[in-house]
Amino acid sequence: MNTDQDIIQEIQNTDYKYGFTSDIETDIIAPGLNEDIVRQISKMKNEPEFMLEWRLKAFEHWKTMEHPKWANINMEIPHFQDISYYAQPRNKPKYDSLDEVDPEILKTFQKLGIPLEEQKILAGVAVDAVIDSVSIHTSFKSQLKEMGIIFCSFSEAVHEYPELIKNYLGSVVPYTDNFYACLNSAVFSDGSFVYIPKNTRCPMELSTYFRINATNTGQFERTLIIAEEGSYVSYLEGCTAPMRDENQLHAAVVELITLNNAEIKYSTVQNWYPGDKEGKGGIYNFVTKRGICKGNNSKISWTQIETGSALTWKYPSTILKGDNSSSEFYSVAVTNNHQQADTGTKMIHIGKNTKSTIVSKGISLGKSNNSYRGLVRMAKTAENARNFSQCDSLLIGSQCGAHTFPYIDVQNNTAIVEHEATTSKIADDQIFYCNQRGISKEDAISLIVNGFAKEVLNKLPMEFAIEAQKLLAISMEGSVG
Amino acid sequence: MIQIKNLHASINGKEILKGLNLEIKPGEIHAIMGPNGSGKSTLSAVIAGREDYEVTAGEIIFNGKNIIEMSPEDRACEGIFLAFQYPIEIPGVSITNFMKTALENKAKYLNQEPLSAGDFLKKMKEKKQLVELDDSLSKRSVNEGFSGGEKKRNEIFQMAMLEPKLSILDETDSGLDIDALRIVANGVNKLKSPQNSAIVITHYQRLLDYIVPDFVHILYKGKIVKSGTKELALELEAKGYDWIKAEIDA
Repeated sequence: MNTDQDIIQEIQNTDYKYGFTSDIETDIIAPGLNEDIVRQISKMKNEPEFMLEWRLKAFEHWKTMEHPKWANINMEIPHFQDISYYAQPRNKPKYDSLDEVDPEILKTFQKLGIPLEEQKILAGVAVDAVIDSVSIHTSFKSQLKEMGIIFCSFSEAVHEYPELIKNYLGSVVPYTDNFYACLNSAVFSDGSFVYIPKNTRCPMELSTYFRINATNTGQFERTLIIAEEGSYVSYLEGCTAPMRDENQLHAAVVELITLNNAEIKYSTVQNWYPGDKEGKGGIYNFVTKRGICKGNNSKISWTQIETGSALTWKYPSTILKGDNSSSEFYSVAVTNNHQQADTGTKMIHIGKNTKSTIVSKGISLGKSNNSYRGLVRMAKTAENARNFSQCDSLLIGSQCGAHTFPYIDVQNNTAIVEHEATTSKIADDQIFYCNQRGISKEDAISLIVNGFAKEVLNKLPMEFAIEAQKLLAISMEGSVG
Repeated sequence: MIQIKNLHASINGKEILKGLNLEIKPGEIHAIMGPNGSGKSTLSAVIAGREDYEVTAGEIIFNGKNIIEMSPEDRACEGIFLAFQYPIEIPGVSITNFMKTALENKAKYLNQEPLSAGDFLKKMKEKKQLVELDDSLSKRSVNEGFSGGEKKRNEIFQMAMLEPKLSILDETDSGLDIDALRIVANGVNKLKSPQNSAIVITHYQRLLDYIVPDFVHILYKGKIVKSGTKELALELEAKGYDWIKAEIDA
């Protein structure tokens, strides 16, 4: 008779569904990292002097840094001199319509289930699609522009809005922050820039799909979102990557800034290639995401569904500086086969009456390791600050691991910090109960996992929730597709 | 409906059922009684196809098919329903979603069109009323935080939704107060038809005042040792199991 073991085996044997390479011609800088490379990147992007200076300062600093060792991850340190730091599609025209776009690129989107036009029309999502570091398609821009909203590639912002970039770049994540953020600051290729003016509510979900494509090219994205007083924006980020052999480095930096009464909702669905069943290949994902609630009564929400990457090292964090500001972190991280994820958040409470909520759901399968690492800090000034953290782990099979590393640092007696953690397995009883109602083992596991992650899935914008459920199903099921 | 012939089943190498025979015809309700450890719950688990149990001999013919090798989900889709003695909690999965998934799977198995969303909700509402299940309950996670009575009513509700041919009620009366017992029994009686059958496993005659069986069997040491009509249950209630044990063990 079948046992759960068979099902688990089957799940583990599911191949990465989105593994394919698209054939787009690219310009790639020769591998290596030195001052000349940094200058070359800046030059290829035709950047103003201030950008180059910033990159060079970051690079000088990076040379003095050591690769971090603290994460609960086994890895070989990437050979930074063997990586090419910039890739750009060879022809970079601005298209008037999708018909003019390289059909290969369109095909890639189709395989990923991201029909640009359809999505724009049906879901009202403006998509700024990034393939290999350079933005090739920006939509809805003019409509947003009328409202004073800026949504463009980072390179464009450097040229068009240098004052904003000068003011805010590195203001939340300084280039000295950490090893990978520093590397990113020196060599970042492109990314997204969003600016929401005062008292403006962005009428649509802004969305960028990242995709790593050229062989052996590290991708270094940078996202900067500024929400002026009383404004609101919901930003969606989603990623998938093609299958390949060598580990690829991805070290993005995301900075969010909310001023008085502003709100940013930042959602991520991440499905980068996790490596094969033996753990070969796959993306190294070392991301620094941080927001600052600079103004009073402002809010930053992070929601993430993490199913991909061989190694993930990511802690979307918020500095709650303004009084009465609040932040949420809702996360589902799935690891399978030999994936390793060390993810969580930091909530730094500085302002009075600041509030944060952390809900982290880790699901481990196969031989994977899934760690939650979270820091809650209540500074001396954080009168009546509150935090609630909940970390739940679900284990499927007997060879995986779940770990929780909560750090709590309270310097104000009026602050309240609560932490709850659970670890559970899918019980045979639960599977049998579902079976007895006519639900197969696979569907039962999917149902139970979705139930486990529900609190987080509910936080995603509608368009993304469906994609996220699909991803969870793909991560869990053996026969889907 | 179902014929069980010379059924032997064991768990972890220990034989629990030792040559059990039972035949149930459409429309019949059979009660199975017996002292603790006689194999009552094992019988229900084996019919439902729980994989912890190994069937070492015998066969179970359900509507002409031997189901011994059939997966539990296929048996469920064929029309076997087990109301659990201890219903399982599934956090985060609403009863609505759970039932929708179950009905869709069943429809797929039987090559039928699944119910439309409207018809499904209508059916949910109708069946909830049958067991006086609160409307808000169906939004809650399956069995999570339910009282004992709510859990049992939820089992009967699911039974009503799935419209099985053979329902097995495994000590559905345990832990129920008299009002809940009546509601549950009413539900079962309303679902009774000449086409479907039920096995009612119980310790007490009390439930059989509400669900009147056509036959009563006494299970002891893995075999049915005595069969009779409703009067047998009354006799048991009056005399206990000792006289049966003495008769068999002699």
